[in-house]
Amino acid sequence: MPDKKKETAIVVSQEQIATDIFSMWIRTEAAETARPGQFISMYTNDGSKLLPRPISICEIDKENGMLRVVYRVTGENTGTKQFSKMKAGDTLPIIGPLGNGFPLEKAEGKKAFLMGGGIGVPPILELAKQLNCEKQIIIGYRDAETFLRKEFEENGTVYISTEDGSVGTKGNVMDAIRENALTADIIMACGPTPMLRAIKNFAEEHGIECYVSMEERMACGIGACLGCVCKSTEKDHHTNVHNKRCCKDGPVFLSTEVEI
Amino acid sequence: MNMKVNIAGVEWNNPVTVASGTFGSGAEFVDYVDLNRLGAVTTKGVANVPWPGNATPRVAETFGGMMNAVGLQNPGIDLFCERDIPFLKQYDTKIIVNVCGRSTEDYCEVVERLANEDVDMLEINISCPNVKEGGIAFGQNPKAAEEITKAVKKYAKQPVIMKLSPNVTDITEMAKAVEAGGADAVSLINTLTGMKIDINRRQFVLANKTGGVSGPAIHPIAVRMVYQVANAIKLPIIGMGGIATAEDAIEMILAGASAVSVGTANFYNPTVTMEIVDGIEAYMKKYSFENVADMVGLVK
Repeated sequence: MPDKKKETAIVVSQEQIATDIFSMWIRTEAAETARPGQFISMYTNDGSKLLPRPISICEIDKENGMLRVVYRVTGENTGTKQFSKMKAGDTLPIIGPLGNGFPLEKAEGKKAFLMGGGIGVPPILELAKQLNCEKQIIIGYRDAETFLRKEFEENGTVYISTEDGSVGTKGNVMDAIRENALTADIIMACGPTPMLRAIKNFAEEHGIECYVSMEERMACGIGACLGCVCKSTEKDHHTNVHNKRCCKDGPVFLSTEVEI
Repeated sequence: MNMKVNIAGVEWNNPVTVASGTFGSGAEFVDYVDLNRLGAVTTKGVANVPWPGNATPRVAETFGGMMNAVGLQNPGIDLFCERDIPFLKQYDTKIIVNVCGRSTEDYCEVVERLANEDVDMLEINISCPNVKEGGIAFGQNPKAAEEITKAVKKYAKQPVIMKLSPNVTDITEMAKAVEAGGADAVSLINTLTGMKIDINRRQFVLANKTGGVSGPAIHPIAVRMVYQVANAIKLPIIGMGGIATAEDAIEMILAGASAVSVGTANFYNPTVTMEIVDGIEAYMKKYSFENVADMVGLVK
């Protein structure tokens, strides 16, 4: 019988942790089953903005039934701007957890790169917390605003890249790998498309098993609208064409499954 | 209280279905919706062969609604018959298969293929604004609409619903044309063609440049068109366009729709169809309507 529906989560706390970057803890039933790499659909309480914002899960606190989301405000009059104004006690309609998440068992006992770039950094945190393996965390930022860095340092060896060179390696996450001559036998990554493309190419050149968390504009978040497709290398069993749905078949894909 | 409606000889348990393309073939919604409580499931459009659809971005939010240019991505009729029809047969609901094509031959091939399948109705999409060939090209010219209706009727074993576009000067002309062509019912409205520009990137938001606008923002336009068509033809009407609440659905029925389709609202509230079925029942109770059919076109 159908048992899922839009749920009213409660904002527990919210703080700004960098320019346009906000961190929010919410109390929600979704915490019970959430896994690293999954996302939740967050809805504004504004009738003119109907669609959910898919936001990745940054931390899971099962014991207290809470999830942490770290998100970027994308501009004035946006849904994320409205989220950023919410305070403890406010209600937040959500659906989730959604998507597949990272396959933790694949990394068991291995030497891993956990890579995040920009607003793709937050979901790597819960991954780093839950993974049981040798963790090299490589995270890329624009500048010295290296949000979540402290939390990462408690969960593995951290390498940082910044576009302006103010912290760590100047350049991107790939430059950080080269500069530190890092090696791995599994990669899990989330970030902007050019970064994921570079990681996919690197992994395939070196024969490394690699999982990437993809993003595309979504409407429904549950696999119905076919808005958020990415190109798949094989004909997908659901769509019968070379398309996979980021929301339902992903957002995490084996890098060889998708074209980036 | 009787929620049953009869659309072109097919009896639905209630007047609520879903708009094609917003519900897949139902599988994505089974965690949210009891499909047995829908009058019918209208499937995502299916063509004779698999279509990959348009490039992304395919969707964008608009004020009180959204735009899409998915481009009728579909798995093709063979996989559809093998997988989606048996899935839907598990439920006590009517199956309406939405059919799309690029040419008259494409439509007829799918309709002929479906003639021996256990489905209840066919909805012919002559109004998709997001594909270059076919689709809306048949839906903006009365002569072409009449011809394609006649053509599919030759092959159809199930009642044929022609889905009309609002992107025309006078929708009643199109309704009369498909009625003359032998349609058994009409459904309206498909999406309104729109455009959205990203002012920071100075680019179109959708890869397709234009897309179909849907959602609550278009509801009053849909009500007006359903009313006009109800007064122009005798065929039963399935009304759709921005229905997000039971009140919206009732408005559509009072304007002349015998049944309603819920579309975009499924995307942001997956349980909305159940709320609408309950809400129509509550309304009937409140105003002592014995049959939902008695409400159809009450507002003259």
